[in-house]
Amino acid sequence: MPALSELEAAYKAAAKDSGFAAELAQLQATYIGRPTPLYFAKRLTEQLGGARIYLKREDLAHTGAHKINNAIGQALLAKKMGKQRLIAETGAGQHGVATATGAALTGLSCDIYMGSDDIARQSLNVFRMKLLGARVIEVSTGSRTLKDAINEGLRDWTTNVRTTHYVMGTVFGPHPFPMMVRDFQAVIGKEAKKQIMKAEGRLPDYLIACVGGGSNSIGLFFDFLSDEGVRMIGVEAGGRGIETGEHAARFAGGSIGVLQGTKSYLLQDDDGNVLGTHSVSAGLDYASVGPEHAYLKDSGRAEYTYANDEEALNAFELLSRTEGIIPALESAHALAETIKRAPALSKETVIVVNLSGRGDKDVQHVARIKGIEL
Amino acid sequence: MTSRITRKFSELRKKGQKAFIPYIMTGHPTLQRTGELIRLLEAAGADIIELGVPFSDPLADGPTIQKAAQAALQQGVTLSSVIAFVADLRKTTQVPLILMTYYNPIFKYGEERFARDASAAGVDGIIVPDLPPDEAGNLIAFCRKAGIDTIFLLAPTSTEERIKKVAQASRGFIYYVSITGITGANLSMDASIGSHIAHIKENCSTPVAVGFGISSPDEAATVSQFADGVIVGSAIVRQVENPDEEISRYLLSLRKAVQ
Repeated sequence: MPALSELEAAYKAAAKDSGFAAELAQLQATYIGRPTPLYFAKRLTEQLGGARIYLKREDLAHTGAHKINNAIGQALLAKKMGKQRLIAETGAGQHGVATATGAALTGLSCDIYMGSDDIARQSLNVFRMKLLGARVIEVSTGSRTLKDAINEGLRDWTTNVRTTHYVMGTVFGPHPFPMMVRDFQAVIGKEAKKQIMKAEGRLPDYLIACVGGGSNSIGLFFDFLSDEGVRMIGVEAGGRGIETGEHAARFAGGSIGVLQGTKSYLLQDDDGNVLGTHSVSAGLDYASVGPEHAYLKDSGRAEYTYANDEEALNAFELLSRTEGIIPALESAHALAETIKRAPALSKETVIVVNLSGRGDKDVQHVARIKGIEL
Repeated sequence: MTSRITRKFSELRKKGQKAFIPYIMTGHPTLQRTGELIRLLEAAGADIIELGVPFSDPLADGPTIQKAAQAALQQGVTLSSVIAFVADLRKTTQVPLILMTYYNPIFKYGEERFARDASAAGVDGIIVPDLPPDEAGNLIAFCRKAGIDTIFLLAPTSTEERIKKVAQASRGFIYYVSITGITGANLSMDASIGSHIAHIKENCSTPVAVGFGISSPDEAATVSQFADGVIVGSAIVRQVENPDEEISRYLLSLRKAVQ
């Protein structure tokens, strides 16, 4: 608790500090490569024959995903707080890579916790983290995925709280993490709003983004929350299908619970134990979801649905072939929902999809699923 | 009505003694074995016994208790079965019993129903390591009504404000976490533990027991100089499958050290 209070105070001070904002803006522009483009996906639009589809290209941000927006923000904050070490959890490895990058940039040491199942399916990112000077610590307890990596990260933080900052990678965990991570990711929606106004002269009809913990989606949604005409759709991982129990669709298959300092929708059994999850994409393979999404769901402001593994894999291939963009399997879930919806919508309808990351990290995994040896 | 836990501490205080508080995981390796262990603990002079409730994501626990929780979950042990187990125990023992459980099982069970059922079964207190007093208003109220002591945690990093909050919310005793860390970690005791505890005691009259990382009789002896009670968990959990005589010898050595 004292560590959380210290973090909240430091974050509030930084949020008011124009020096901090200027330093972050400078790094966003010159290091991360922001603003990322908003790209009109002409061929995908034509092929689906309905709504006009724009892609917010977070895959073009440094390190290949939106995770860097938050990691750089928190690394700067940790440095300001006088911490010497960053730790983080990672699922797909993108947040681990982003945190390792932030550590290298600020000269802090870095340890990344990663479930052994995720290490097996994301070996490329494991090696990237090591190249960036981080240590990757394998977590072989529980479901051996993201949830367990967070448990170990929080245990480490509890132990080394005086010297270490825990870089939570998503809008989850105890306050102030969900707020702080959202604020660092909100740059996505702020840019997208300006860009779509320039491209279409109006706000979009739909925002579509995948939801694991929920940081890329809240990042896109946040700046549009008060724009009533903009519908927001979060796409969870349907895994092998809700009926099989092998999924990570918390809204479709979960109930309210408390995990890792957060009250939200949770996949749990009748006794309050957390259930195992499955998704083809490591970054969506998580038993709970950011509390602000739970609020948006309950208030009806955003809708939540899911795409299963097969639909995501099809979307992964379709975008690669029609647009020359290989998306992350996480982002492919948002694309799968777009593929379902767009054909039935009018040609005047505008959809902005958050292409939260690039798919290089998934290429080996997808080849394995297809039975191809690389 | 004064709780069994409070009565035990005042009884010990009168005799100038400190409380020996062992922890075991309910259902590890089986519920039957837990019953046998409780008899061993009592025979060795345990003043209060902490019963762990298995949970899938035990954030505050190190590898030993994580594994014990996994084993218990595989036995199908849940919060409801632990409550039923306590009701059964109460036929043969009056030793004060505390449940150490994470919050989600209680939340799922229903806070009010939990307090009522646990109290009826004979549970004397609860420790919920992932629930700070700030978020515990309802649970505290239900437990007060049911006569269950709520025991909250303080750590070496706790601020003045937090000490006051925890002191106010705690009944029975305050759990001082000896280290910044998780259960079963190595104890690196520094001189400050004494002054920390003295400082907490300036704020309240509630007894202070110390846990996390205490495994040897020497460590238990050192801690008991400052504290009203000594909690030993992981070190006992590691031994539950050893022969009874061996466990008893170890427990008696701890009991002797806590003075």
